[in-house]
Amino acid sequence: MDLTLSPTEQSFRDELRAWIEENHPGEEPKDDDEAFEFRRDWQRKLHEAGYAGLSWPEEYGGRGATLIEQAIFGEELTRAKAPSPVNVLGLAMGGPVVIAHGTEEQKERYLEPILSAEEIWCQGFSEPESGSDLASLKTKAVKSNGEWVVTGQKVWTSFAHKAKWCMLVARTDPAVPKHQGLTYFLMDMEQDAVQVRPLQQITGDPEFNELFIEEARIPDENVVGGVGNGWTVAITTLMHERAGLGAGAAASVRIALGQLMELARERGVADDPVIRQRIGQLYIEAEALRLNSWRGLTQIMKKGQPGPEGSLPKWQWAETNQALTELAMDIRGEEGPASDSEWTYRFLRARGNSIEGGTTEVLKNIIAERVLGLPKLR
Amino acid sequence: MNFDFSDDQHAIKRTASELLAERFKPEKLRELAEGGRYDDEVWKELCELGWPGIFVEEAYGGQGLGVVELIILMEELGYALAPLPFLSNAAAGLVLQAAGSEEQKERWLPGIASGEARGTVAVMRERDGGNEAPLVPDADSAQVIVVLPCEGPPAVIEASEAEIEPLETIDATRRYARVRAEGGDALEGDAAPGQFAMPVAVAAELTGVAQRALEMAVDYAREREQFGRKIGAYQAVSHRCAQMMLETESARSTTYYAAWTADAEPESLPLAASMAKAYASDTGWRVTASALQVLGGIGFTWEHDLHFFLKRARVDGTLYGTAREHRDAVARLAGLSREPAPA
Repeated sequence: MDLTLSPTEQSFRDELRAWIEENHPGEEPKDDDEAFEFRRDWQRKLHEAGYAGLSWPEEYGGRGATLIEQAIFGEELTRAKAPSPVNVLGLAMGGPVVIAHGTEEQKERYLEPILSAEEIWCQGFSEPESGSDLASLKTKAVKSNGEWVVTGQKVWTSFAHKAKWCMLVARTDPAVPKHQGLTYFLMDMEQDAVQVRPLQQITGDPEFNELFIEEARIPDENVVGGVGNGWTVAITTLMHERAGLGAGAAASVRIALGQLMELARERGVADDPVIRQRIGQLYIEAEALRLNSWRGLTQIMKKGQPGPEGSLPKWQWAETNQALTELAMDIRGEEGPASDSEWTYRFLRARGNSIEGGTTEVLKNIIAERVLGLPKLR
Repeated sequence: MNFDFSDDQHAIKRTASELLAERFKPEKLRELAEGGRYDDEVWKELCELGWPGIFVEEAYGGQGLGVVELIILMEELGYALAPLPFLSNAAAGLVLQAAGSEEQKERWLPGIASGEARGTVAVMRERDGGNEAPLVPDADSAQVIVVLPCEGPPAVIEASEAEIEPLETIDATRRYARVRAEGGDALEGDAAPGQFAMPVAVAAELTGVAQRALEMAVDYAREREQFGRKIGAYQAVSHRCAQMMLETESARSTTYYAAWTADAEPESLPLAASMAKAYASDTGWRVTASALQVLGGIGFTWEHDLHFFLKRARVDGTLYGTAREHRDAVARLAGLSREPAPA
């Protein structure tokens, strides 16, 4: 057991830290469009320095970094309060899917523009009627004259209004059991048959979108992983998404906790026994999250594949972040509800944590069935 | 970065797990618990294998390994709920090794390492003038007592000089006593590395207890049928089990980390130890109580073994600092009350 960084990991971190310090883009602009371009520039810089597509193999323009290095990257960006790269879905999911399941032509065509942030990617999985039960989705794709014609509705698609490509899962065979009739497509967002409508959240921000798809066209060569294999392809991306998430999330919770302690001191409640207990507990939860993530990464590196245990940090992060923002509201008392504070926004935004990227209930199902081996409900 | 045991450490874990499973089969455990006894034969066997001295320097008859190896044994002892005077003796060894003078170590550590002249630690509490330790494991059979006073350095006294009042507790698998003691031979060295490793050892035991209770619950939920299906298929049950796993794994991660700091990064030990003990104390209780709920009526009977685990977990939760005390220490050590830096 050695919880210090190896010499290689240490030098990776030191170089990265120095690089971020030198290239930090400063404060993100308030305006959404400006912020988007700001983060696109930031990704270009990361790419030029070899820090985009960290997990991707070198032959596809990535860095071939280990999981530990990826975790260090997440921690360091958070620590320096640097923005995350703009094409987050392309980097974390789209690229890995094309690398794992795509044809040579697809790799040639799609990978580089993901890294350079020239083409932004979004994800068309969830539907109004298909949230946790993703495999029940109804958006249908019918083959006609060598291309696919797609009709349906998608929801919770971040970046849809900026995206060139949508990772779309649609039903291509309604006759077979639900998991088998799905296909994974790359859909061009630049067509009139795809309409994007912003969806306002409880924070008031339209962070996500709805997609209305009315006979959109997708050429046959944009199928990834073969017709009927959409479920398998989609699931590999979700496992990847969860595996690397823990360490960076833990780092951001740790920063928020520092701000919370500052708040408690400012408001003169740092010696209140109840507040001390709650902050002590949060500190432990945040550390447990960090340590569980690191322990999980060690296991993945030994076994070679992310496992269902990767669901634990996502669940734990959601609970910890919610508890943390609730405590901030409690400490702020009557000032809590005022909308002009960052804490108020975070408090509301945190309610989404236990829903986005797999609800806590679904994660518990995964743990129960696939880790503990309990019988399935269905 | 490698957050896993080495091959040697894995071998220790495997050997310990197999040996304890063989020696403490459920009927044996029950017989010992109901008789309020330890298994002297097994204790002798473990002493011959060198378990009590695993972390004690070779110069004093130990094996010269670290706190990580100690907590590997502790976790397995918790999993087996082994009725043995292991923890108390290890606690005394940890403090003596950290803070004892050469002479004190030569006098006491070999007996602790061999298990032939065992020790225990009496944690003094404020009441009764600070001279009473309300919950001391194995004080009635130890030969030496390390006293941790409310203030000042620890001291060591022979057990015959202390007033020891055996105590009946809910935990039938371990013997406890109230101890009153004054004075003693002060340990002048830095006790922190030993004193903070004690709660880590208990946290490891709690992790083992929680793991066992989780497995009991999951095994039962896979077999038991009600309303025409296995109860583990109901989310009210399966989500409870998932929660038990999350907490058990978190207790394990914080405990392993704390043990590692004890060996490799002692400046981080006090905070890490308090994190581990606070978390594991809550986990030990919640997971065993949750297992009882999954088992339902059968879990509430004396006939089922679960209650032995539940009670040990509850007592361990208070031993060497409660969750509340350790959480407060975490808040303090994390810098909550820090004065603002002068402008």
